[in-house]
Amino acid sequence: MLEPTTHPAARSFLFGRLTLDSLPFLQPDLEGRIVLVTFIAVCLGGLAILGLITKKRLWGYLWNEWFTSVDHKKLGIMYMILGTVMLLRGFADALMMRAQQAIAFGPNMGYLPPEHYDQIFTAHGSIMIFFVAMAYIVGLINYVMPLQIGSRDVAFPFLNNLSFWFTFWGAITFMVSLFVGSFSTAGWLGYPPVSELQQGPGVDYYIWGLQLSGVGTLLSGVNFVVTIIKMRAPGMTMMKMPVFTWTSLCTSGLIIATFPVLTATLFLLSLDRYIGTHFFTSDFGGNVMMYINLIWVWGHPEVYILILPIFGIYSEIVPTFSGKPLFGYSSMVYATCAIMILSYLVWLHHFFTMGSGADVNSFFSLTTMIISIPTGVKIFNWLFTMYRGRVQFTVPMLWTMGFLFTFTIGGMTGVMLSVAPADFLLHNSLFLIAHFHNVIIGGVVFGVFAGVNYWFPKAFGFKLDESWGRASFWFWQIGFWLAFGPLYIMGLMGVTRRLSHFDNPALQPYFIVAAVGAGLIALGIASFIIQIGVSILRRKQYAVGGDPWNGRTLEWATSSPPPAYNFAFVPNVHERDAWMDMKRHGYRRPLEGFNDIHMPSNTASGVIIGTLSFLCCFGLIWYIWWLAVASFVGVIVASIAHTFNYHRDYHIPKAEVDSFEHSGNWQDAAQGANA
Amino acid sequence: MSHSTSHEHASHGQEHGHGEHANHGSLRSYLTGFVLAAILTVIPFWLVMGHVFQSHWLTITIVLALAIVQILVHVIYFLHLDTRSEGGWNMLSFIFTMVLVVIVLGASIWVMYNENSLMMPMSQQANQGT
Repeated sequence: MLEPTTHPAARSFLFGRLTLDSLPFLQPDLEGRIVLVTFIAVCLGGLAILGLITKKRLWGYLWNEWFTSVDHKKLGIMYMILGTVMLLRGFADALMMRAQQAIAFGPNMGYLPPEHYDQIFTAHGSIMIFFVAMAYIVGLINYVMPLQIGSRDVAFPFLNNLSFWFTFWGAITFMVSLFVGSFSTAGWLGYPPVSELQQGPGVDYYIWGLQLSGVGTLLSGVNFVVTIIKMRAPGMTMMKMPVFTWTSLCTSGLIIATFPVLTATLFLLSLDRYIGTHFFTSDFGGNVMMYINLIWVWGHPEVYILILPIFGIYSEIVPTFSGKPLFGYSSMVYATCAIMILSYLVWLHHFFTMGSGADVNSFFSLTTMIISIPTGVKIFNWLFTMYRGRVQFTVPMLWTMGFLFTFTIGGMTGVMLSVAPADFLLHNSLFLIAHFHNVIIGGVVFGVFAGVNYWFPKAFGFKLDESWGRASFWFWQIGFWLAFGPLYIMGLMGVTRRLSHFDNPALQPYFIVAAVGAGLIALGIASFIIQIGVSILRRKQYAVGGDPWNGRTLEWATSSPPPAYNFAFVPNVHERDAWMDMKRHGYRRPLEGFNDIHMPSNTASGVIIGTLSFLCCFGLIWYIWWLAVASFVGVIVASIAHTFNYHRDYHIPKAEVDSFEHSGNWQDAAQGANA
Repeated sequence: MSHSTSHEHASHGQEHGHGEHANHGSLRSYLTGFVLAAILTVIPFWLVMGHVFQSHWLTITIVLALAIVQILVHVIYFLHLDTRSEGGWNMLSFIFTMVLVVIVLGASIWVMYNENSLMMPMSQQANQGT
């Protein structure tokens, strides 16, 4: 039952099961032509970018300053770029699905064959979660958290670089499946039996792409926990940490606890596929239900891994733009910790319909309702922070207001779904699709854009353009409701998810509205990219100092962009909102008495180990065993070789620190507040 | 949870664990741990091999309970877990891990047992998967 596509005899030693027939763009049908055009466009675009880099002689710069960098700020920026590129890929999938569903009625079968449509929704889901949302979250934590706790880098700088390259190559694994072979059709969580029975490399691309990025995420989680626990500035006790740092800590704890479950589950699935074990089959002692149980043991905490740091972002933005300390700091922290534990107690609500008894379903139904309470506490905290504050409607604040409105509705439909009997009607319907897009777009995506607009001036020294930012927000906000409002309605009428064709013409208007909504969101994404482009062009005009928003936490105490060492003197913390406290007490930045600063050196090991791991996975996907074995040995050798690298650190000389501290992009708080 | 280590730590006067490391135990604590571990190993063997109780379930319950105590003995006497090492973070992460492991294993077993008991009767053939 688990035979590979090609007959074993047809497999070559050199290329495994990879043959010319595996290249979809060489197929003579319509689909092949579409892929061919895409492939040519991607090749031309890629060549143009590579040519430009070569012409401008940027390879050395990119290699020395970025690819091998262990600086948490540069890695954070690279994660954000990766997330944005993958957002374009994932959103292209979304547009294709909306276009297909808007036209595929009655005799019109649309332009996508079912097999291709299934690959698209699988790729859309897994890319958006693993390579867009996770990349953005890890990127923001990487950039901001060490600055917020007054640290010079994360606890394990090399590991941070390695995590990035694992995530990067995981994304590349997914992208390669576009043009070499095909992708999984088993949905974003790869449920068996489809994921066991689907032949060809699709599910293997899915498994190994996720394994790569999963290891990267796990290492980041370990790194962040150790950084937060061990490297806070003197005086910053746990209850004086900024809320974003708190939520990063809880998210990292969740990552450490759950990603091993994902890795193990996918490993068992790959054993079923590769060597014919029966963990998740219906016979020979296996159990399909166990896969669904295990994948959601990871999958539900995963959505809180995504949303907790985003709650932290809002908790930084709201006080800054309301000119008040956060309302109920302690309750915010306790709510975060409560969500962290409770997120482990609700996973069964993803499969109420699998056949558990009333007692099991009631238990998970209740826990799901309970978890909405700490989340509600947070909503009220943000509202009360704004209450009687001088709210400035900047772009980050606009995204926050949009979030409060949209996310609250998404939370309420979530409580509707938590009622097990109601879930029996709504399970796998478009109502569910609308619900989770409502919380992930309205929560995570809005929060990422809020965070990008908020911290961009810190990272680059100039603000993002306001009007394009507002345009992006309104396109997203209106586009979101047009795209998912009809899905809520159709879901209540019983339309199920993942269909590539409909018979009932009465549904078509809803899908057309949804497609228009997706088009508006496309304009929102375009506005975001234009916003960044325009701001780069006008960077002189938009230039700001270290503290453009009259910020409250330590990341605003340093220059924009910060120097490699972040802080010439590690600040002493006395209060919550440490930077606000320092400003209030008339803090003057010391301009003399600097010392040499001890920093970690760049290393190429991350790039090498990441690339070899990708080759190993590619070999495994295509049964090119020599490649898999050779690159696996390479990974081990490179890892051991890295331990013999004794040039791990260097000192930034006193003179250099001195010169930066006199010439860097500083501006005092009073000016910043009016900027 | 008690911690009988003779070797006390000098406090560094810092609030969150900089420079506070786990202690390394003493001969006395290792011997206490060894004796306890040995006793906790012998009792289950005796219960099972000597057929002390009529009821299998009673035996299984007691053996499992002793296994949990055994884990605690190892963690306290051999891994030196106490509330002070690393500023309490070792203990906190141990408790966090235990809570999650109990939730994940316990609830998974509960869920799968529940679903299994609600399955429609299947023929012997289907169960064997032929």
